[in-house]
Amino acid sequence: MTGWLVASVGMVGDGTYFGWDGFTIQSGNLIVIVVMIILFILALVLPFPGGKRRK
Amino acid sequence: MTAQATPGQGAPVDEADAHTLTGRARRWLLRKLPPDKLLPEDQPSYVMSWAYVFGMGAIASLLWIIISGIVLGLNGPQWYHVSSLGSFVNSTHLWSVELFFIFMVVHLWLKFWMAAWRGGRALTWITGVISFVVSIVAAFTGYLLQTNFDSQWIAFEAKDALNAVGVGAWFNVANLGQLFTWHVTLLPLAVGAVVVLHVLLVRVHGVAPPLEAAESDAQLLHSRPEPAEAAEPAEAAEPAEVPASAESSGTQPSGIEPRGAAQ
Ligand code: HEM
Repeated sequence: MTGWLVASVGMVGDGTYFGWDGFTIQSGNLIVIVVMIILFILALVLPFPGGKRRK
Repeated sequence: MTAQATPGQGAPVDEADAHTLTGRARRWLLRKLPPDKLLPEDQPSYVMSWAYVFGMGAIASLLWIIISGIVLGLNGPQWYHVSSLGSFVNSTHLWSVELFFIFMVVHLWLKFWMAAWRGGRALTWITGVISFVVSIVAAFTGYLLQTNFDSQWIAFEAKDALNAVGVGAWFNVANLGQLFTWHVTLLPLAVGAVVVLHVLLVRVHGVAPPLEAAESDAQLLHSRPEPAEAAEPAEAAEPAEVPASAESSGTQPSGIEPRGAAQ
């Protein structure tokens, strides 16, 4: 029972926040947004494997 | 329309005499989504791009969300909040949700910038929007099931918003049992149903050609309702009655398909 409680409490953290005057964002949210933008750009520029085989 | 017979089934695909609701439903379904359109073996060359992979990425993550979710639900919180294997499966559940949303958002950005709702695909876009919204509600109920201080905070912030819009009595974030039902049955079923509809609509319309191809691509020209509907019956009926116009529409064996005649 206490194990359960401790396990649950252990998951709660303040998180790390970045901010530029008036604007703040939590590190996890920032990472997810940056990853999405990188994937978007990669999807546009990377060649698709096997693209030459069939035309 | 080509009046083919389906081999093995004995019934023609396009029978005109379907006189029951079941028969008409079958005729409608086969016309909307013939098997070779539902499960095609080839795609146009422009589909050879990472831009078309993220929809399947979202489906793959969704599958793992559902599988890991079933394992979590069957073993119960005493397992996934305490044992290390339980915590691990719980974590894969969370991380596949992160991937699901990442893939879904990149997918929707790509579809937005490719204007993939063109050519009668509005409902594809709309079912995408609905799946996004329902997925957010499903994820929200998942965060509430953590039963830690985080979820307590989220619940009691959300409670005011839900009461303000008047749904708090039916969607009660302070009722853990009710939330479990929402999260493990109703919302996953809803997400699944909308995604199935979304993918079926993609198959019905075929993959949207890139913007540059909009003027020349046979598929896109074909999917405009009026010219396509008007051209087909006229061409099919003509050769029998008016032999004089044979030079205009060229009586090739596949003359029913207007595709060969375009340019
Ligand atoms: C549950 C999340 C979703 C899943 C599993 C999903 C799945 C798919 C799949 C497998 C395809 C075909 C392959 C591809 O182009 O990637 C597709 C196409 C499409 N999706 Fe989604 N999708 C989701 C959410 C969305 C959202 C949020 C939108 C936009 C608001 C959207 C808009 C579209 C459109 C317009 C197409 C048609 C593209 C075309 O015909 O070329 N989808 N989706």
